[in-house]
Amino acid sequence: MKILVCVKAVPSSTEVRFDPVTHTIIRDGKQAVINPFDASALECAVQIRQARGAEENQDARESETTQSGPEARVTVLSMGIPDTVRLLRDCLARGADDALLLSDRAFAGADTLATSYSLACAIRKIGLPDLIICGKMAVDGDTAQIGPELAAALDIPAVTGVKQIVEVSEDVVTVLRESDSGDERVTVLRKNAVACGGETVKKPKPVLLTVAREAASPRMPSIAGIRAAKEKNIPIYTAADIDADPERTGLKGSPTQVVRTFSPEKKKECVMIGGSVAEQAAAIGRILQEEL
Amino acid sequence: MSSKNLIQIDHDACIFCRKCVRACPVSALKAEDRKIVVTEDCNLCTMCIGACPVGAIRMQRPTGKKAGGSIWVFVQCEDGHPLSVSLELIGRARELADGNGGEVIALVMEDGNPQFLQELIAHGADCVLCCSSRGSTGRQQVPESNVGIDRPQVAGEDFGNDRNQAAGADIASDPEAVALWVCELIKKREPDILLFGATLFGREVAPAVAARIGTGLTADCTGLELDPESGLLLQTRPAFGGNLMATIMCPDHRPQMATVRAGVFPVGSSDPDRKGIVETVPFPEAFRPRRITEKLSGEQTDGYDITAMEKLVVVGRGIGSKKNLPLMREFARKIGAGLGCSRPLVEAGWCEYSHQVGQTGHSVAPKLLISVGVSGAVQHLAGIAGAEKIIAINNDEKAPIFRVADYAVVGDCIEIIKAFLEQ
Repeated sequence: MKILVCVKAVPSSTEVRFDPVTHTIIRDGKQAVINPFDASALECAVQIRQARGAEENQDARESETTQSGPEARVTVLSMGIPDTVRLLRDCLARGADDALLLSDRAFAGADTLATSYSLACAIRKIGLPDLIICGKMAVDGDTAQIGPELAAALDIPAVTGVKQIVEVSEDVVTVLRESDSGDERVTVLRKNAVACGGETVKKPKPVLLTVAREAASPRMPSIAGIRAAKEKNIPIYTAADIDADPERTGLKGSPTQVVRTFSPEKKKECVMIGGSVAEQAAAIGRILQEEL
Repeated sequence: MSSKNLIQIDHDACIFCRKCVRACPVSALKAEDRKIVVTEDCNLCTMCIGACPVGAIRMQRPTGKKAGGSIWVFVQCEDGHPLSVSLELIGRARELADGNGGEVIALVMEDGNPQFLQELIAHGADCVLCCSSRGSTGRQQVPESNVGIDRPQVAGEDFGNDRNQAAGADIASDPEAVALWVCELIKKREPDILLFGATLFGREVAPAVAARIGTGLTADCTGLELDPESGLLLQTRPAFGGNLMATIMCPDHRPQMATVRAGVFPVGSSDPDRKGIVETVPFPEAFRPRRITEKLSGEQTDGYDITAMEKLVVVGRGIGSKKNLPLMREFARKIGAGLGCSRPLVEAGWCEYSHQVGQTGHSVAPKLLISVGVSGAVQHLAGIAGAEKIIAINNDEKAPIFRVADYAVVGDCIEIIKAFLEQ
């Protein structure tokens, strides 16, 4: 089983600061971290692989034969500046088997459509996995669109906002997720009839999940993991390497344009509640009564 | 189209203070020969425009395709009723369409009951496109009149067509199926604008539609206007946890798509005599649903839903110690509020994730939020932006939480809560 995890480098939370005069972002590019939702996605993938590994060992013990079992492999994919390799190495230390970076001037300035197109090109190039896991959103962009747009670009089903992955097999992917009307259990059937040379064959289809943070808490990288990760080669692909249409990547391939940024108006006046502790407590009591 | 040509610098007005060079996050502005030059690295973030003290930097507005035409609103239903956000969007679409002479079209997945379709028209839709899972088609004027318009076929029996019967009601809640139906309609009828509520469902379906059509999509908008010059849709959304607002356009691709946050626009007035057309459109092809959904009654987690609370106490690191949590619970119970917390408390293991408020936790929108010992990091403020009134208690008068509070109580939160409970 092949599992692909998409990750994004985002500014670390303490690094998003604003210049109070110009209202511009004070950015320090060095302090990028893995988007926390994507870290949960990676942990989900590693746990699935470990669970399958355990099954395999048990099967081998029971049957005393050495069949090629349901081995799983976790690949991490990111698009970003060359420095993102540092974060991908961290993903390897946290249990991923391979990592791949898309980095090219041609990808710069991409909106969600161009980004999902580029990721889809890369995934087609390296071969469709069985399962794709993304974080449900990135903390800097907040759009939550890459997962479902990527699934549509690959023409595979997507389930968003997954809180728990229950089962992943050749036949189904079952998850618990939050919906607008409460929690639900969603089962996606992977096998559907595909016409192939006049015959109907059953071919399992990949499924894309986007996960919430409660799906898994990321592990810390182990010392051995960090050492092993140092040795690994992380290929960097350009737009040409993944056969991407230059008209559809980066700024050129992005239908949306930011035409203005501004700081929001302060929404309201703030009333200061002063006085002694007892007076403050009494004032809170009054406000509670007035406001409700 | 090169990005650097879109950012224009008025060299006569420029005082060469180089604030724009420092503000540029991608180092695309260069100071060369006492002139600011825009390089190919520019990603049109417009930070430089905000940084310029003399207004010497402008962005050339994209001209785009000719605007005008129809505004579509996807109507999400629950238990046979449209969600409030869908009615809000129909109302806003009506206002926009009245400005440019366009029409408003509502898309509904459920085989409709006339009452509720009438409601959509009363709120401002000119036409309702209703999905029929069984292949029936027809047009009908609503409220009913005797004008000669085809009556819709009664779905089902006449057709003996069971190609989608297995799907039945499932189609309406299957994002893949909904996206397929909407894409088919877009290709045939080419709307100018398509809006979804920024619900979990809307944010699953809209990207699937946008990527299949190959158009732009702006997430979670809090403002929709038409640009007076170009007629294009100006979509405004919060970025960076609400500290910055960004206005986004989609000049060359159609439809211009956005998901829009609930509660931004009011549910407009309704006119029960307003006339409109209800058209039933068949589901496009033999669709085999791959997605099976079962509702759970919530016993999977600890069942604590802070997003549904009208009153909420949110505690942060300022409460000092885990030992003070019972005090906070008592406070919340006494005033009939739920208890939420900031991220550090979950990371420290004091509280369950289900209680976490903020960007990586839950976004909450209570009528009243009492923030106790929370400093108010950007990510936390993003999660409480929907609260109507905020009382903040913190010992640091400079804490960012006070910037969003309606009432600021500066003091020792433990002492104040104790005093409150004693009175």
